[in-house]
Amino acid sequence: MSSFKIFDIAGSGLSAQSVRLNTVASNLANADSVSGDPATVYKARHPVFEAVRAALGAPKSDAAVQVRGIVENNAPPTTRYEPGNPSADANGNVYVPNVNAVEEMVDMISASRAYQNNVEVMNTSKDLLLATLKLGQ
Amino acid sequence: MPINLDAYLGVHADALKVSSQRMELLATNLANADTPNFKARDIDFREALAAAATPNSAAQLNTTQPNHLAADAAGADAASLKYRVPLAPSLDGNTVDVQLEQAAFADNAVRFQATLTFLSGRLRTLMTAITGQ
Repeated sequence: MSSFKIFDIAGSGLSAQSVRLNTVASNLANADSVSGDPATVYKARHPVFEAVRAALGAPKSDAAVQVRGIVENNAPPTTRYEPGNPSADANGNVYVPNVNAVEEMVDMISASRAYQNNVEVMNTSKDLLLATLKLGQ
Repeated sequence: MPINLDAYLGVHADALKVSSQRMELLATNLANADTPNFKARDIDFREALAAAATPNSAAQLNTTQPNHLAADAAGADAASLKYRVPLAPSLDGNTVDVQLEQAAFADNAVRFQATLTFLSGRLRTLMTAITGQ
């Protein structure tokens, strides 16, 4: 029965949102990873989502979601004067990643809600499918 | 007199099919709630049900070669598949309103349950008639 595709669709949503949660975790964990070189300092990462195009001849109504790629934020890192830091450059500056902790927290809440939505879709359709299997009993 | 099971189950068998299609579509909308440029879609239930009740109304094309495309590639419900008009469009071109989709999904789940109840009532009636108890 075609309803089993719901599990693929909601499952793709789950994995996409968990990639998003992973990038948030990575950004927050590296929020203070300073570097002496502005080129090598950690940059905030964000996933880009994309709807999966249906194959030729397949029904075009349903589309799962996939992560198209991870983009790095190109905003310049913050410069901080810390001559005592072992990784400071010749001028005594260290470069702090361009991670915005508030933005990341909001992103995390959004991703977690979207994840819960997909779980709910899966649970509801599972219940309905099981009820369909019990038809006539 | 032979009984026509399709006619006996009536509109409910078609309704179950359309309901499950709609459930899939709403799951798609919810899964793509954060996809840039994704346009939310929904089924016009009345139209889809009418189309499902009158099979083979669309023109059929012969496929004589393996690389011919099937005429029903777009699905029987292509006409009733419609884009949602966004209430508050977002900058990234996404038109999914999560609350609206959740409400529609809950509504569709209840309708699905109702259809199942009708169907199992019909089947139970039939069983009573067969066993005579």
